[in-house]
Amino acid sequence: MKPTDINDPEYFHKVVDCQYACPAHTPVPEYIRLIAAERYSDAYMLNWQSNLFPGILGRTCDRPCEPACRRVRVEEEPVAICRLKRVAADNKGDITDRLPVIPKKKNGKRIALIGAGPASLTVARGLAPLGYTLDIYDNQFAGGGMMRSQIPSFRLPIGVLDEEVNYILDMGMTTTFNIEIDSLKEILNKGYDAVFVGTGAPRGKGLNLPGLEDAMANVYLGIDWLASVAFEHTESIGRRVLVLGGGNTAMDCCRTSRRMGGEDVRVVVRSPFADMKASPWEKEDAMHEGIPFYNNHVPKEFVVEDGKLQGMTFEKVEAEYDENGKRSLVPTGEDLVFMAADDVLMAIGQENSFPWIERDLGIEFDKWDMPVLDEVTFQSTNEKVFFGGDAAFGPENIITAVAHGHQAAISIDLFCRGEAVTNRLSPEIRQGSQKMGMHEWSYDNAVETDQRYIVPLAPLDKTLKDRKLEVELGFDQSTGYKEAERCLNCDVQTVFDDVRCIECDACVDICPTDCISFIANGKEDELRTRLVAPANNLAQDLYVSEVLPTVRVMVKDEDVCLHCGLCAERCPTAAWDMQKFLYNVSKAGQAV
Amino acid sequence: MSYQIPKFRHPDLPVNELGYTKADYEGAISTLCAGCGHDSISGAIVKACHELSLEPHKIAKLSGIGCSSKSPAYFLRNSHGFNSVHGRMPSVVTGAAMANRDLLYLGISGDGDTASIGMGQFAHVVRRALNMVYIVMNNGCYGLTKGQDSATSDRGSASKKGDPNLFNSIDLCSMALQLGATFVARSFSGDKEQLVPLIKAAMTHRGFALIDVVSPCVTFNNNPGSTKSYKYVREHAEASGTIDFVPIMQEITTSYHAGTTQEVTMHDGSVIHLHKVSESPDPFDRRSAMVALEDHRADGSILTGLIYMDKNSRDLHDMLETSQRPLNELEEVDLCPGNRMLENINASLR
Repeated sequence: MKPTDINDPEYFHKVVDCQYACPAHTPVPEYIRLIAAERYSDAYMLNWQSNLFPGILGRTCDRPCEPACRRVRVEEEPVAICRLKRVAADNKGDITDRLPVIPKKKNGKRIALIGAGPASLTVARGLAPLGYTLDIYDNQFAGGGMMRSQIPSFRLPIGVLDEEVNYILDMGMTTTFNIEIDSLKEILNKGYDAVFVGTGAPRGKGLNLPGLEDAMANVYLGIDWLASVAFEHTESIGRRVLVLGGGNTAMDCCRTSRRMGGEDVRVVVRSPFADMKASPWEKEDAMHEGIPFYNNHVPKEFVVEDGKLQGMTFEKVEAEYDENGKRSLVPTGEDLVFMAADDVLMAIGQENSFPWIERDLGIEFDKWDMPVLDEVTFQSTNEKVFFGGDAAFGPENIITAVAHGHQAAISIDLFCRGEAVTNRLSPEIRQGSQKMGMHEWSYDNAVETDQRYIVPLAPLDKTLKDRKLEVELGFDQSTGYKEAERCLNCDVQTVFDDVRCIECDACVDICPTDCISFIANGKEDELRTRLVAPANNLAQDLYVSEVLPTVRVMVKDEDVCLHCGLCAERCPTAAWDMQKFLYNVSKAGQAV
Repeated sequence: MSYQIPKFRHPDLPVNELGYTKADYEGAISTLCAGCGHDSISGAIVKACHELSLEPHKIAKLSGIGCSSKSPAYFLRNSHGFNSVHGRMPSVVTGAAMANRDLLYLGISGDGDTASIGMGQFAHVVRRALNMVYIVMNNGCYGLTKGQDSATSDRGSASKKGDPNLFNSIDLCSMALQLGATFVARSFSGDKEQLVPLIKAAMTHRGFALIDVVSPCVTFNNNPGSTKSYKYVREHAEASGTIDFVPIMQEITTSYHAGTTQEVTMHDGSVIHLHKVSESPDPFDRRSAMVALEDHRADGSILTGLIYMDKNSRDLHDMLETSQRPLNELEEVDLCPGNRMLENINASLR
């Protein structure tokens, strides 16, 4: 193998598994250390720079970081990264004086933002401090988009949502709420320098099954129903509720139903339990509230008698997988199952819809009727129009929308300054040794063996009675500290200097997880089999040095390195050093 | 400074016949200087014991005083241990080995502990053919007292703050051969590929097995001018050949070129394969081994690898014809068989 180029920032970035997995590349270990140091406001602001909604995301994030956490590979459960983010948000002080200063004198460029969800708000946060004049349009009565309409208050209290949305809206922009934009052409005709479309994936999918027409009065689309609960248009639901679908929206629907009068609430899913799209913790939360899941049931018919919905019939199936892992649901041949219901909520997915975008504006749409976009710049084929969030590439999640927003803001800024939108800055890297003395590090290198701490919950009898009472209580400060200490500091990198190495083997001997080998070089797949411990996780890189005096190379398998620093402590010549590597995705305006 | 090794281990660590991983043979975190050769030897002992599937409670590790003699704390945490008086480890092993012949005795000593204060004890334990593995962690200096030249420091070698050594050095391998050791090897802490099979072979050898391991002192004796630095040893070591250790009952899967490889069956049935390099001395001939040591000394190189082995070795218990049952397991009824037995013995002597 060729020597690893550690000057390529992507190499060490990949070692920080959580940050690498985060769409917005939030510097997770760094803020976790700040939480451990009780510097909650600092931790909050570090988050805010990357993901804008630490309090919201600390409750609702899809957590792509957690399955990626190294802890999963060395023990079992990841660090509770998401809930630590909430600890920062819950315990921070007043941070308003740390928010960007908005220039009084504007730069003369006007931008329209369609939709006031996470993507648009992120664009606004990027552009407002640069002096842009921003006009936000949204069809809801307040900002937040799906975070307001689709996430129930028992998961995300309104106060938390309002606070973080208002940090952005207070940056001096014109908001026009309760307005349905039905023509992009009209917006463009207002002479905006650029338009950002962050309208989400607003259309719930339905199931057109026999009996639907007659049952219509008691059948709802999940996301629409959640919105009408959030906006207090709906105040109750029937005693018996069937929720169709196995994703997070279905979990929100069933849990909300339990609070709106539903007593016999069931989730009915086509797929097996393990294949359900909902996050594992959201499934757990629903089960904790006594909601049964009926897996392997395919809905067949709405049963209506005397013009009133009586229930639904389902066909029982079994999942079979072919050699490629492709699933097919095969009927078991058993009798159809009837489940009685007063109301049915369909939460089987959602899709994009752009009926308001005229097709003669130079914005190309593909065969799925999605705008054709540049994946890096988010620019459409009309150079003035940019997309982001669910509106860009279909339904994802909040943190992805934020990541899109950051990139779109960069593009819009470049575009308005007349620069090529492809002319993007590389990430900002800060890297420095953590050495403080002979064997002392400025990070807490001891590896804690504590198991993941459980977030305490409010008692069921209270939460099921009050739709707005938050279920999760969050970690208190001391549990937050203990959970933070579980972090392995993957951003403190092991940096090897082949010139200093005397090949004494001290690092090989001390490494608790046998990551380091000094061996003859070879091809990667063959080299992986010869290391001190087998390197079977191909997703994790091998760090290979230049050739050493004994004609061997140092090979470090990054897979289960604990970043404990013992290799560097036991190195007599400081050929190993522990260096903190901070990777910040570039933001709009950094080039200025 | 870290005073604990993290508890997590690599999830795919190989498991030996007893179901143990390498971690089960480790000890406390080392307090020796970073980069000390002794730590590598500890690592090699851990690896050898793991690969031999030895039961940790069937091993006794004994040492004297010095940096070397601290190191038994850093491996085999589940084995018996005895940190004895300076230079007196052989006496303690002798007592222990006489009392319980069923344990594997691993003596850890240094050049000071063996070649200076312990010289007399060393000479006699070799002569008595105690069944033990005697590892000398040989760094050519007194590291624990700030690096003065030791008795194994070569003439002309200079430590970090010192002048070139005026005196002749003691070659422990030559001495051991002279005194009748039946397994003599030399190795280098920085070469585990050679050291681990040597330790395994020594552990299966019956009789006295010496491994003199050159183990650089990074703090006081790893400088230019020293003949026991990592660099010097790497440049001057000449292996007598390589050896592979095949444990008992394990199928030999590698094929060797005839003529260059010798297969030797050890006392417990395991096998070692010796791959000789051309012109290398015959490790089964004591005189040839002595000549080879002398030749290498004369041309300034360090002969490493298996230097001598007696395939028909006997140990102290064999010579004394002691009971097969360990003495510490004998009860009063065994030791005092009664008047009738005494009369029989007396009668046989009349």
